[in-house]
Amino acid sequence: MTLLIETLQPWLLPLVRILVVFAGLSLIVAYLVYAERKILAHLQVRLGPMRVGPHGLLQPIADGLKLLLKEDIIPAGADKWVFWLAPAISVLAAFTAFSLIPFAPNFYITDVNVGLLFLIGISSLGIFGIILGGWASNSHYPLLGALRSTAQLVSYEVALGFSLVSALLLSGTLSMKGIVEAQAQQGVWFAFVQPVAFFILFVAAIAETNRNPFDLPEAESELVAGFHTEYSGFRFSLYFLAEYAAMVLVSSVAVTLFLGGWLRFFPSVRWLDFLDYTPVAVFLAAAAWCFRAVLRLPGTREWRWQRLLLLGLGAGAAALAAALLIPARFLPDIGVGQAPFPVLATIQGVFWFLVKVFGFLFAFIWFRGTFPRYRFDQLMNLGWRFMIPVAIANVIFCALALALSRQLGWHLPAALWLGTAATLLVAVLLRQEEG
Amino acid sequence: MNFAQATFYVLAAIAVVSALLVITRRNPVHSAISLIVTLLAVALLYLQLQAEFLAAVQIILYIGGIMVLFLFVIMLVNLDVALRQEQFNRQWGIAGVAAFLLAGELAAVIYLGRGTAALPQAPPGALQPNTELIGTSLYQTYMLPFEIASLLLLVAMVGAVLMARRKVS
Repeated sequence: MTLLIETLQPWLLPLVRILVVFAGLSLIVAYLVYAERKILAHLQVRLGPMRVGPHGLLQPIADGLKLLLKEDIIPAGADKWVFWLAPAISVLAAFTAFSLIPFAPNFYITDVNVGLLFLIGISSLGIFGIILGGWASNSHYPLLGALRSTAQLVSYEVALGFSLVSALLLSGTLSMKGIVEAQAQQGVWFAFVQPVAFFILFVAAIAETNRNPFDLPEAESELVAGFHTEYSGFRFSLYFLAEYAAMVLVSSVAVTLFLGGWLRFFPSVRWLDFLDYTPVAVFLAAAAWCFRAVLRLPGTREWRWQRLLLLGLGAGAAALAAALLIPARFLPDIGVGQAPFPVLATIQGVFWFLVKVFGFLFAFIWFRGTFPRYRFDQLMNLGWRFMIPVAIANVIFCALALALSRQLGWHLPAALWLGTAATLLVAVLLRQEEG
Repeated sequence: MNFAQATFYVLAAIAVVSALLVITRRNPVHSAISLIVTLLAVALLYLQLQAEFLAAVQIILYIGGIMVLFLFVIMLVNLDVALRQEQFNRQWGIAGVAAFLLAGELAAVIYLGRGTAALPQAPPGALQPNTELIGTSLYQTYMLPFEIASLLLLVAMVGAVLMARRKVS
């Protein structure tokens, strides 16, 4: 037994991390669907799911069970093997890419020196899930949806790539962890010195995940449901999972490259150190909300289960808040330095990372509830005639600013802002030429 | 045989078998999938040789870029016609002779150079940091050939755009 443990030792910790990331991600993706339905409903002055659990909190589980138990239909003329393979490729690509994201300074699965390149590579494999799934269905709508989707993804990948280059120029490393550390060292998140690149990354990310207003591949008024029209049951849910995982992924990449990854707001300002206790405050607030909701529920028998569930949730949140505040002397040394509350210190990075990612995800959902869909030629014009030239101009001016500050000793943020102004000028000229 | 060798043989076998599938499958989409597998196996071989940058670029460019366009084009082609067409020309004789000659040539080269062909072993860590080393050799040591190659590519690109453009009378 001890021999087994000893041989497994180097594998154990990475394995635990992989399991934690995978489980956490699945949970986030499941509840992202719920959050989307809820937020969209409230944007349209509806209530959204309310029946399963308090405020419909158990809806994702019900949905998952329903999809699992549904009949798995394969169209008659379909290419069975490819039809079977395509959704798996999508999910695999979306989930594997997370192994390169640093969630906290001491919590990531792997950190390689070409991390960002691998991430782009792996996530670009996901496109095969769409194109092969659309082709294998042997049906018109999926094929057209797949073609549109491919054209869109290929076009916006170029703009996305160029916007990543400007962040790389500033950080001087391809390692995802190194990029966040460079932001900590330079004392500024790259979004504030490269706003144009950040904006392009954001728009391209929406296009890459096929979200509104760029959700032409699944425009229901034209293409039924796009590439996954013929999919049902579990395979359909795989596509669903992949789409939402891809949303979390692009948000994570944007956060890592432009919003300082695991860094807290103003990490170098001492008097803002009380922000470190935000995780505790959040859990306590959640607990308080749950207890209040229990009191406001009617006291009849039919609400008994709702009350019990809410009580359990509140107690769980309160227990988590308490666990975060275990002082260092009651814990074995887990190697987190001199922090007074080591558990809190370890959890902080993940907390701030997730806060930023959730901000992005909320914006994704918000846009879906706000913007009308683009027409296909508008989408292509925007991508090729506007986004890509502006992104190229931004890379050139960013490199120029860096050269100026290194050779002539200019103040770096000032030089970068000058470059941004030049890029904006190019953008305005481009718009005028078009109009 | 140690772990590294075993990995090499497995990856090499995957690459060769899927390369064979590329030319023997009747359906062009299946061929394309096999080609993707081949390219992935080659990328993993690069990774085993500690050329991380090359592996990542292989995946991004060949699989994420070129193969996507391949599949895109295949879908626009009328597959039903392609399926009914002859896959191989009946020229087994010439093909056999050519293959035999090539195999003989390769065997001769390997046999004649068996003394000197042993590649020098790179000391561990010689390829670190990977990306910087490639950058230095591309943009400093071999600047001129690199720029000439990129100019050629640009010319080819402009030419392709010019040919694809509709004639406006």
